[in-house]
Amino acid sequence: MTTVIETQDLTKHYGPVVAVEGLNLTLSRGEVFGLLGPNGSGKTTTILMLLGLTDPTRGSVRVLGHDPSRNPLQVKRRVGYLPDSVGFYDELTAQENLRYTARLNGFPRAETEGRIAEVLTRVGLSKVLDRRTGAFSRGMRQRLGLAEVLLKRPEIAILDEPTAGLDPEAAMEFLSLIRELRTQDITVLLSSHLLHQVQAVCDRVGLFRQGKMVLEGTFESLADRVLGGAYRIRVEVLRPDGVEPVLRGIPGVRNLVEERPGSFTLEAQADCRAEVARRVVGKGADLVNLTLERPSLDEVYTRYFQEVGRET
Amino acid sequence: MRREGSPWTGLWAVVMKELADHLSSVRMQLLEGLIFLTALGATYGAVRQLKASVAEDPYLYLKLFTTAQDPLPSFVAFLGFFLPLAAIALGFDSINGEHNRHTLSRVLSQPIYRDALLLGKFLAAMFTLGVSLLALWLLVTGMGLLVLGVVPGVEEVARGLLFLLTAWAYAGIWLALAIALSVIFRQTATSALAAIAVWLFFAIFWDMVVQVISAAAVPAYSGSPSETLAHIRLSLFLSRLSPNTLFAEIVLALLNPAVRSLGPIFITQLEGAVLGTPLPVGQSLLLAWPQFTGLVAGLLLLFAGSYVLFQRQEVRA
Ligand SMILES: Nc1ncnc2c1ncn2[C@@H]1O[C@H](COP(=O)(O)OP(=O)(O)O)[C@@H](O)[C@H]1O
Ligand SMILES: [Mg+2]
Repeated sequence: MTTVIETQDLTKHYGPVVAVEGLNLTLSRGEVFGLLGPNGSGKTTTILMLLGLTDPTRGSVRVLGHDPSRNPLQVKRRVGYLPDSVGFYDELTAQENLRYTARLNGFPRAETEGRIAEVLTRVGLSKVLDRRTGAFSRGMRQRLGLAEVLLKRPEIAILDEPTAGLDPEAAMEFLSLIRELRTQDITVLLSSHLLHQVQAVCDRVGLFRQGKMVLEGTFESLADRVLGGAYRIRVEVLRPDGVEPVLRGIPGVRNLVEERPGSFTLEAQADCRAEVARRVVGKGADLVNLTLERPSLDEVYTRYFQEVGRET
Repeated sequence: MRREGSPWTGLWAVVMKELADHLSSVRMQLLEGLIFLTALGATYGAVRQLKASVAEDPYLYLKLFTTAQDPLPSFVAFLGFFLPLAAIALGFDSINGEHNRHTLSRVLSQPIYRDALLLGKFLAAMFTLGVSLLALWLLVTGMGLLVLGVVPGVEEVARGLLFLLTAWAYAGIWLALAIALSVIFRQTATSALAAIAVWLFFAIFWDMVVQVISAAAVPAYSGSPSETLAHIRLSLFLSRLSPNTLFAEIVLALLNPAVRSLGPIFITQLEGAVLGTPLPVGQSLLLAWPQFTGLVAGLLLLFAGSYVLFQRQEVRA
């Protein structure tokens, strides 16, 4: 797999404020990477450094083999960027806005109109292409921003908070547009503070806190490491005497909590519902509920910092 | 650190976009309408005045620009007043407007340098101002031809064109100021007010400031001629810090061939001079050359300042 983005010890200070500290990040072609963390954790700053829009205090960046501070034009020609709270020229139509982008990129005039029509269709804005963007809703703006990214036929798409401010339905629609990018071999780097919303589209995530990427990996591996298991099983039992030890003994169970008498939550590395059922029934208890829950990334995040907090 | 790739990539795209914006903007149309009407009024006043007075003036065409008839000021005075306003109107929201519309980071993520964006905006506004000025100039010339029946000579047309160029540079300095303020202030209302404040300051208060300072520094009428001269020199120097003074002096030299000096003169320097004889256009230009370079230098300085500030600015809103 080819590496398309690589940073080493990437650091950005704004005076005394540490925005990003010692970031080592590697992205391979075609993956969807989520840069996740609460507001102010350094996601946007990281993205701006990847695009050469702000210079790092320390460390190195390579994007598609170029240093974005030295050679920003090469990078920006091949990387599409959808900024956080994207804006357009209100008095121009959607089409005219994209035409300006096409001119700035120096696309051949003969191709421009066709490409604009194509990308507007792809994001579902072909009906409003000659409407002024001043009248666009937040969701439409966001999709127009994605159309602009696609117009470049980029190798990498960097999307900053693509779902922030969208209603849940619009957010889901937008995420499915992002998912489609993957099929075209476009590497996607997206940032979000809404962890649960984007966890489904990301192949891999990096969790940020106060400028540092504290956890990185696939969602399963993080859940495994932090929650002790990516599978959470809820068990409800009548007459629970003696059930707890046998549940604890199930191979792969990392943790067990009895919330109320007869109501257990298990954290396991695998889906062991069959074994749970067998053991409960074997003990002569009545099994009334058995459900599998996938924990969310928010929980991983919260739990991780609870534990870090306890240790320090 | 050396950057690769031309800083002017995309410049043309920016210029075309901005030009289209200016030419279609209501703001610009209003302003141009206003300037045209007042210019028309001023020239009409001048024409009437000139018709009534002696028709034997050798520079009748140039008089069209400078003659005032109460209550209307001359065309030149109108330009001196309105050009800064037009330039400020075109430039005050150049950069902070992009910030506020959240378009800056999107545009700068395209393969262009910031240089192209800033210069493109400047050039487009300069072009707009140039076109308006040219139209005004043609209007005055045309009126002179039609109503007064004066056919200007080559010399006079040359003076007229140099005057046009001066007015353009004068507008440019205010444009550069407005753009610089649009980089400095995040609110467009603030940058507009700041630009207008500077304009008012130079238009109204600078003369008073000059008098106060030079009187404080060198007491006038103390007797000795060298002190009087120092006083005059100081106030002249101070008043030339204002673009309005520079503009007025260049215009004076260019449109009045009889003007032979823009400062104090010793009687010895006048030896052999025939007072009242007009200078050739080259000599008048030479006379105003320091003022002209001063105007252009101010423009470049302001533009360079906004360039440096803009390069260091964070792109996010
Ligand atoms: N221009 C700036 N000057 C000073 N501090 C800044 C500036 N831009 C960002 N920061 C600080 O850097 C930190 C990271 O910000 P940011 O990258 O925007 O976070 P995120 O995108 O994750 O919300 C924040 O603490 C923020 O206050
Ligand atoms: Mg952000």
